[in-house]
Amino acid sequence: MEIMQLLLSGLANGCVYGLIALGFVLIYKATEAVNFAQGDFMMLGAFVMIGLVNTHFLGINFWIAVPLALLIMGALGYLLDITLLRSLFGQNQVAIVILTISLGFVIRFAAGAIWGHEPLNLQSPLALGDVRVGGAVISMADLAVIIVTVLLTIFLWQFFQRTKLGLAMQASSQNQMAAYYMGIPVKRVQGAVWALSAIVACIAGILYASKGAMDVSAGFIGIKAFAAAVIGGFGSLPGALLGGLIVGVIEPFASRYLPSGYSQLAPYTILILVLIFRPHGLFAQVRTKKV
Amino acid sequence: MRFHFKTSYDHDIRLFPDWWTFFVYGALLLVMVALPFLMDSFFLSEVTNVLIWAVAGLGLMLLTGTTGQVSLGHSAFMALGCYTCALLMNAGMSFIPAFILSGVITGLVGALIAVPVLRLHGVYLAIATLALAIITADIIVILRPWTGGVNGMFAPEIFIFGAEINRWVNPEYWYYMTLAIVVIITLIYVNLLRSPLGRAFAAVRDSEVSAQAMGIDVARTKTIAFGLSCGITGLGGALMGFFAGAFNNETFTFLLAIQLLMMIVVGGMGFIHGAFLGAIVIAFLPQGLSIVTDNVRFLNIPGLEFGVFGAVLIFFIVFEPMGLYGRWLKVRTWFELFPFARRDMFRRQKSYLKTERVR
Repeated sequence: MEIMQLLLSGLANGCVYGLIALGFVLIYKATEAVNFAQGDFMMLGAFVMIGLVNTHFLGINFWIAVPLALLIMGALGYLLDITLLRSLFGQNQVAIVILTISLGFVIRFAAGAIWGHEPLNLQSPLALGDVRVGGAVISMADLAVIIVTVLLTIFLWQFFQRTKLGLAMQASSQNQMAAYYMGIPVKRVQGAVWALSAIVACIAGILYASKGAMDVSAGFIGIKAFAAAVIGGFGSLPGALLGGLIVGVIEPFASRYLPSGYSQLAPYTILILVLIFRPHGLFAQVRTKKV
Repeated sequence: MRFHFKTSYDHDIRLFPDWWTFFVYGALLLVMVALPFLMDSFFLSEVTNVLIWAVAGLGLMLLTGTTGQVSLGHSAFMALGCYTCALLMNAGMSFIPAFILSGVITGLVGALIAVPVLRLHGVYLAIATLALAIITADIIVILRPWTGGVNGMFAPEIFIFGAEINRWVNPEYWYYMTLAIVVIITLIYVNLLRSPLGRAFAAVRDSEVSAQAMGIDVARTKTIAFGLSCGITGLGGALMGFFAGAFNNETFTFLLAIQLLMMIVVGGMGFIHGAFLGAIVIAFLPQGLSIVTDNVRFLNIPGLEFGVFGAVLIFFIVFEPMGLYGRWLKVRTWFELFPFARRDMFRRQKSYLKTERVR
């Protein structure tokens, strides 16, 4: 039963990692850039939600606040793209890496200045009650995380495979110039994907805040989400979820069965091993060009 | 404007293109040597701090600026250099051989790590090195018998030729020691850049494919660059730890590595001057901010330093990607060519990105 319990808590955590990793992958798939501030977007999304819902802030009803928070974060993502990222359009990835890292610093500072550095709890209706699954206990919040993550992954995956906008996003990442020739408004598509990934980050933030207290440095779990994205193969949406689950499940088992001190190393060790032996992840997106 | 009329190939690789540059750098060195007589010990230790940051920055500049490989994990090598030097000295070695050996060991370990890691490129390399930096803190705790873990270590006392070098007793000795190390490393760097190896570094940065076509062994060049870079950064880390006097697992966090990368971006990627200018910014930013927040009450917000830091960086990446030194180059060119400088002489080339996933 203990194994079952560890597995369940690992799955719920892994889904949060997977959600953040989804944000990385979305941006990577559509713009070939990596957003190092994705974890901080998640944190900001959670704090926007806390600001809307909690009684000593605005005290809006939870279910009205959800679309509002998503809207705010989406608008923020789009604004960031048209103000900052568009000026680096077509530049190499390293510039965007540095830009997003510093963006993360600024977001962390801004959130700390607005909401303070104390951990805050989201007054979430999801945070009530437990469910018993065959002897193991899983909280409603964890269950909600798992369900939402799976649905969202399937939705985004199909969005990229089936819809016109999804295909346009993939095309504009593969070759910007060729995408222009095909009549794709590349810059607007990129703005759309930044907004989309900010919305995904906000969903992750709301779910994560439902699971427990949130503080300004929570964005650093983005680094574990990196591990998830890399293990799954950067650029693959189901891969990101699978990677997140792998990292999430390994963590509780490592801290249970490995001597203390070694357990924190587990996700990063796996990340490094995957990078060395299978650099493009489990679902490799790299293919050789056919001539 | 000065024109260099080159009559032999040696003119191309001379350290100083003309007497004027030689004179300028000579004067700078003289000022630096005379600095302890001009400043009180507080400012002297600030300048020492700048020089220490510059050593670490030069190391990363060699990898990122000159060879074009991003590393977010150089704090790991700073820690390695620092602990190696301290452990060697505790084992009875004197400072100078221990210091040099710590650089060599860090460089070798760096080169060893580079072999699998450098097959990655771009973002993957950044993530792998970031993971390296994060696990360093945990590894330091695991190696408690040697490193002291969370309790940390005190830096052993430094004696050079019988003279004790103590930051609090004689800060000017610390300063001179750091200055000497900086000058030596800078000279090594400058000479490296005009050697075939340095040219190979730049070729790999500009295009791996064309470098390969020119007969450069790309993997070997990258490995050497990583090793050299780690060695220099390790020396910087050793200086930083010894200057602080004590260090533990939280001294060299991955934030330090990020700061280091930010520093060379602000200074000017790819220029030796950039490492120094960036070091000045990063060492004096906290001081400047604390002066501002002391006078302006409502700015007294915790975490302001990193916020301002991030904002400065965003500003530089968007408006001045060549950094402070690039700005200076532009201003100088404007004056030299006056009135013929054109607005878009330094304009970024318009480029379109292609995927790295199909090759």
